[in-house]
Amino acid sequence: MAVTAPVTVPAAEAPIEELHRLWETPHTLYGALATVDHKKIGKRYLVTAFVFLLVGGLEAAVMRVQLAAPGMRVLGPEAYNQYFSMHGLTMIIWYASPILSGFSNYLWPLMIGARDMAYPRVNALSYWTFLLSGIFLYTSPFLGQAPNDGWFGYAPYSLQLYDPGLNMDFYALGLIFITISTTVGAINFIGTIMKMRCPGMSLNRLPLFLYGTMTASFSIVFALPALTAACVFLYFERRFGMHFYDVAHQGNPLLWQHLFWIFGHPWVYIIVLPAMGMISEIIPTFSRRPIVGYPMVALSTVATGIIGFGVWVHHMFATGIPPIAASYFSGASFLITLPSAVAVVAWIATVWTGRPVLKTPMMFALGFIVLFVVGGVSGVVTAAVPFDWQVTDTYFVVAHLHYVLVGINVFAVMAGFYYWLPKMTGRLLDERLGQANFWTMFIGMNLAFFPMHIAGLLGMPRRIYTYPAGVGLGAVNLLETIGAYIFALGVLLFVINFFWSLRAGEPAGSNPWDAGTLEWASTSPPPPFNFAVLPTVRSRNPLWEGHPGATAEGEVGPERSSVFRGPVLDRGRETLATSPLEGHTMAQQLMPEDSLWPLLLALGLTAAFYGFVFSVWWLACAGIVWVAISLGAWLWPTGDEADERPVHLPAPGVA
Amino acid sequence: MTARAMPTALPTAMPTALPIGNGVPRSPGWWALIWTIATEACLFAYLLFSYYYLASQARGPWPSTGPLSLTLAIPQTCLLVASSVVYWWGEKGIERGDQGRLRLGLLVTFIMGVVFLILEGLDWNNQPFTAKTDAFGSLYYTITGFHGAHVIVGLLLNLIVQIWAWRGTFTRERHLAVTNAGMYWHFVDVVWLFVFTTFYLTPRWG
Repeated sequence: MAVTAPVTVPAAEAPIEELHRLWETPHTLYGALATVDHKKIGKRYLVTAFVFLLVGGLEAAVMRVQLAAPGMRVLGPEAYNQYFSMHGLTMIIWYASPILSGFSNYLWPLMIGARDMAYPRVNALSYWTFLLSGIFLYTSPFLGQAPNDGWFGYAPYSLQLYDPGLNMDFYALGLIFITISTTVGAINFIGTIMKMRCPGMSLNRLPLFLYGTMTASFSIVFALPALTAACVFLYFERRFGMHFYDVAHQGNPLLWQHLFWIFGHPWVYIIVLPAMGMISEIIPTFSRRPIVGYPMVALSTVATGIIGFGVWVHHMFATGIPPIAASYFSGASFLITLPSAVAVVAWIATVWTGRPVLKTPMMFALGFIVLFVVGGVSGVVTAAVPFDWQVTDTYFVVAHLHYVLVGINVFAVMAGFYYWLPKMTGRLLDERLGQANFWTMFIGMNLAFFPMHIAGLLGMPRRIYTYPAGVGLGAVNLLETIGAYIFALGVLLFVINFFWSLRAGEPAGSNPWDAGTLEWASTSPPPPFNFAVLPTVRSRNPLWEGHPGATAEGEVGPERSSVFRGPVLDRGRETLATSPLEGHTMAQQLMPEDSLWPLLLALGLTAAFYGFVFSVWWLACAGIVWVAISLGAWLWPTGDEADERPVHLPAPGVA
Repeated sequence: MTARAMPTALPTAMPTALPIGNGVPRSPGWWALIWTIATEACLFAYLLFSYYYLASQARGPWPSTGPLSLTLAIPQTCLLVASSVVYWWGEKGIERGDQGRLRLGLLVTFIMGVVFLILEGLDWNNQPFTAKTDAFGSLYYTITGFHGAHVIVGLLLNLIVQIWAWRGTFTRERHLAVTNAGMYWHFVDVVWLFVFTTFYLTPRWG
C-alpha cells in the first residue's frame, strides 16, 4: 500500500537493531567501494582534501626556500613554474572546495535531521571523480610535465607553440575532470536542501552553514561551465590545431581571460561562503547566544553569491579594456564588500553581546575575522582601477589572495575541525595543544603573508623564481619564509593533536559544546542512520529551546521542537521528503542501497581522460562507452521500485 | 524576521498518512534533472558567448567563406522541433494509459533524431571550411559537435525509456522516466534553435 501513516515513537523505543541492519554498510571490500553513506563519503572528502593541503603546502615550502635569499638555486625557472602552478591548482581547486564539501557532506543530513543526502550515489560519484581527477593531475609531475602556466593558465603562453609538452593538456583535462565532480556534488547539495530538511525546518530556520554551501552550489551550477568551455577550447586548440585564442586566425587570448574569470571570481565565493557559514555556526555556540541578525547574514550570503557574477573583469583591468567597462566592474567590486561587511558586523555583535568562551574553535573563528578584515581591505583597494594597475602581478596581489584563502578558508576549516571532529570521532582534541596550534598558525600566517604587501609595493613581481641582491627584497622575503615554516609547524601540531585525540582524547559525548543545532542531538560518532527517530523542529536552535538566552532573543515560538520523538521509518532505507520553502512533510523517501556503479562510472571517466591526454583514442572511446553503460545500469530499475507505486499527494485536509 | 513573527499555525505537524516513494511530483529526481539541464544550458550560453565575443572582435569578413547554406539546416531544424511535438504526443498517450501511442511516439522521435544527426553529418561535409581554417570554423564544429553529442545522449535516454515502454513498465500513473527523458529532449531542441540562429542566421543579418 502506498499511503501509510508513519508511527511516531520516543527515540528510546525505536528498533535500533533493525535500523542498523538497514543502514550499515558491510565492513568488507565491497562495502568500502560501494558505500553511499554521507558520513563515510564526507570523511573521505576531508582526508583526501587535507592530503592535498599537505601536498600543496610542501610545494609552497620548497618555493619559500628558493625565495629565502637572493639568487638561490634550489629550483630552476622551469621547475619553479611547475611548482607555483601546481601549488595554486592544488590549493584552490583540489583542496579549498573539496574540504568544504567534506564538511557539508558529513554535516548536512545531521544538521537538517535527515538520514542521508538527496542523491547518495551521486554523492559517491562526486567523491570518486574528485579523488581520481586528483590522481590524474598528479600523474603529470611524475612525467616531468606538470602544468606550468599558473593556476589561471593564460593564453597565449598556454598554447602549443609556446608551451609544447603535455603540461597544459594535463591542466585543461584535469580541470574538466574535477568540474564533473564539483557539479554533480553541487546538484546533490541543492536537491538535499530543497527536499530533505526535517519537518518544520522552513527556510528561515535553516542553519547558516547551509546557506553558505547552498549559495556556493548555485554558483557552481551557473559558473563552472565557463571553465569547462575554456578548457575544452584550450585542449582542442592545442591538440587538434583549432583556433580560439590565436589572433592570427581571428581568435583572441582575452576570450580565455573572460571565460576563466567568469568562472574564477564566483569560485572565490564558492570556496569562502561555506567557510563563512561554518563560522556563523561556531561563533554563536561559543558566544552562548543565537547569532545577531540571522536574516541579514542569510541574505548577505545570497547577495554575495549573486554579485560575485558581476565582478570578473576586475581581474582584467590591466588588459586595456575600455574605461567604461572598467568603471562598471570597479563599482560592482566596491559593492560586493557591503554584504561581507554585514556578516563581519553580525559576528562581532554576536561576540560583543554574548558571553564568549575562548575555546580553540572560537580562537580560530576570531582569528578568521581578523584575517577576513585584512584580506578584505587589501582586496577592496584593488577595486580602484589606478591602484590595481600599480599592483597587478605583484606580490601585493599574492598577499591579498593568501589572506583571503588562508584566512577565510583554512582558518574556518581549522575552526571546523576543532568544533566538529569530536562529533565525527567521538573524541575531543587537546585544548592546550589546540591553543598552541592556533597561535602558531596565526603568527606564522601574518609573518608569511603580511610582508608580501610590502614586497609588492616595492615592485616585486609574482611568479619570478629569484631576485637579485641589492634591490631591498632580501629581508622581507626571509621574514616570509620564516613565517611560512612557523605556519607549517602549526599545521603539524594539528595533525599531532588529531592522532593523539584518536588514541587518548576525552570522550566527547553527544553535545560537548552545548550547541543548539540538530547535529548535536545525535551520538558522537552518529549511527549509520543518524537519528533513531526523525525530528521535527520549531526554531533555529532546537537544542536551546528553554535556554533563557534563546527565548529572550525571540528565537523560540510558543511551540516546541520534537527532537527525541518522531517517526522511525524502518521498512527500508527511508527518510522524509519535505517541501522546499516551508518544510512541510510530503513523502516517505526511499533511499538507494550501496552501489558499485558510481565508482565504475568514475573509472570509465578516468580511462577516457588518460586516453585524451596521451592521444590513445581507443581508450578514450572505450572509457566513454563504459560511462554510458554505467549510467544505463545505474538508472536501470531494480525490484525495489515495485514497492514504489505511484501516488498523488492527498489534498489538504484529506490527510 | 524572527521565528516569533512566523505564523505559528503552519501545518508542519506530522500528517497521518504519507505517500511512499520517489514518484511524487517535484521529487528529488526531478530536481536533479532540472539542475543538470540548468548547468548544461549555462555551458551552451558560455559557448555561444565565446562565438559572439570572437565575432565582435574579428577583423575581415565573418565567416570568411560567406554565410552558411540553409539547404540542410532548415529541414534539420523543422525535424527537431517536430520531434519534440511527437514526443509530447506519445507522453500524452501514456497519461491516458495508451501503451501503443507511447511506443509509437518514442520510436518516431528516435528515428527523427537519428535523421537529424545524419543531416548534420552531411552538412558538416558540405562546409567550405574545416575546424582548422579559422576561429569561425573551430567554433562551428565544436559547438554543433557539442550539440550533436547532447542529441546522442537524448537518443540513449530515449532508447532506455523505449525498452521499458516495450516491456510495459509504464502505467497511466507511473511514467516519470518518460517525462524526465522528454524534458531533456525538449531542452536539446531548444538549444538547437539558439545554435541554428547563431551560426546560420546572424551572419546574414550583418
